[in-house]
Amino acid sequence: MSQVADDPRIIEFDVRTDEMLVNMGPQHPSTHGVLRLVLRTDGEVVSELEPHIGYLHRCAEKIGENVSARQWIPYTDRMDYLAAMNMNLGWALAVEKLMKYEVSEKARHLRVLIAELGRVASHLVGMGAYGLDLGTFSPFLYAFREREKILDLFEEACGARLTYSYITLGGLTADLPPGWLQKCEAFLDQFEPIIQEYHALLTTNAIFVKRTAGIGVLSREMAIDYGTSGPVLRGSGVDQDLRRDGESIYTAMYDGYAFEVAVMKNGHYPSDHEYPAVPADAVLGDCWHRFFVRMLEVVQSMDLVRQSIDRYSQCKGPLGEPLKVAEKIPAGDAYLETEAPKGQMGFYVVGDGSAIPWRARARSSSFSNLAVVHELCRGCLIADVPAIVGSLDIVMGEIDR
Amino acid sequence: MTGTRGPAFLDQLQAAEPEGVVGHNLDAIDPWIEVAPAHLASVCRWLKHRSPVAFDSIQCITAIDWFEPDAKKAAKVSWQPHLELVYHLWSTAARASIVLKVKVPRWKDDVAGRPPEVPSVTGVWRGADWHEREVYDLSGVWFAGHPDLRRILCPEDWEGYPLRKDYEMPLDYHGIRGR
Repeated sequence: MSQVADDPRIIEFDVRTDEMLVNMGPQHPSTHGVLRLVLRTDGEVVSELEPHIGYLHRCAEKIGENVSARQWIPYTDRMDYLAAMNMNLGWALAVEKLMKYEVSEKARHLRVLIAELGRVASHLVGMGAYGLDLGTFSPFLYAFREREKILDLFEEACGARLTYSYITLGGLTADLPPGWLQKCEAFLDQFEPIIQEYHALLTTNAIFVKRTAGIGVLSREMAIDYGTSGPVLRGSGVDQDLRRDGESIYTAMYDGYAFEVAVMKNGHYPSDHEYPAVPADAVLGDCWHRFFVRMLEVVQSMDLVRQSIDRYSQCKGPLGEPLKVAEKIPAGDAYLETEAPKGQMGFYVVGDGSAIPWRARARSSSFSNLAVVHELCRGCLIADVPAIVGSLDIVMGEIDR
Repeated sequence: MTGTRGPAFLDQLQAAEPEGVVGHNLDAIDPWIEVAPAHLASVCRWLKHRSPVAFDSIQCITAIDWFEPDAKKAAKVSWQPHLELVYHLWSTAARASIVLKVKVPRWKDDVAGRPPEVPSVTGVWRGADWHEREVYDLSGVWFAGHPDLRRILCPEDWEGYPLRKDYEMPLDYHGIRGR
């Protein structure tokens, strides 16, 4: 519709753009799996976004009501398949909480070792794939190069590269093979200097900072209200990490371990290592901060792996046998959340005295983290949608279960 | 998740919502409070805004179907068939949790297929939105007052509630064999 202004030489165009519905996914490379987003756009600006999930739904919870508690471990592998070790741990601890079962000291330290290594592997994928979302290919290759080495270590420990079922009810399926710890230490020595490369490639990269700083700001209140957790919550400045603040059965696992929660406190991140400075454009709660928290956690987890290697190798006692496949679980219910790489992963088990749980429930961290995405994307540009979705670091296997 | 309970906190809730609290067990593995369905929203508002421990975040909503389809086994169970909703709440400041349980009939007015009604808590915590949609989708509970209650994981035209104990897979779904 055009209008003639008072001055006949100036013709003003009142440009009216039509609202357009843009369908993104479920097969879209930057949606991290089968996530479908329907964007209502006005030109380049997204006025509304609606996520559609469920494309990977396998009703794992129904399967959990038909198999014994230990038989459900492989199904937890397939939830967050990028951090399957941490999923195994979550379910194992929840059932152990209901059974009031305590694993041996050696198993406890081995669990910390494996879980923290799993966290590094998961954050490496998160970081590499985030680079891909923003159009840079090389960080992905650098990240996967190192992740392969972790997968090699896992393969040597349990035989699988992705779906481990290694941590299980009552401990772990097997002890580490001889020479494994040396290989793990060699990996850590080689990996540590590489972190600086990642910071040069992404964290301090001018284009990366422009694409992420100040984009998709999640306020502290909203983060809590939506029940987000993990790096998404800490990226908004909430000082909460279940490894320190969780239930005693979980924090007991980390008893005696020294680590600082990766969160900005009084305007400062932990300074236990050399980290790049926060860019001037970054706002607390934006994509950059969520990414940066993950990068700090890689270093933090490596420290924890080193500590656990020391403690594990000093343990004299046996590792202990895991519980039987048909081990009966008592009547009653128990809920436990653990700090998985993507956030707080909760498992809820209801027993009726038989080996098969009456109800098995998985509270997915990515599920709650994704629920906030429509708030973050309101008013952003279409090009920022992959930046925001990528910064949440979701895994559809865990959301859809 | 420790140190939340203490009689003071529960007494205050009981004083504020005398009809809301219908039972409790503070010695359970996860201490819980049973809430009357009609008063759920107001109890939740109290827990978030007025409680000495402000439960500012909702972690999980679960529905448990207490129903035994096998008649032989059903004769031995100690409970009456019902549906139990379990709310896991978390306080960020106090780093404490509490569990709310709500018991509702399996079907509204005993008509199979009609989901029982419970007030929605999306007005208290926005994070409850997707959790309630999931419970509606898989367990069949109608959350009255939810702004957009529809299936979330299953397709929109799916029939039945898969996490009910008497659920049977459809024989056919758009030409795909079910079982």
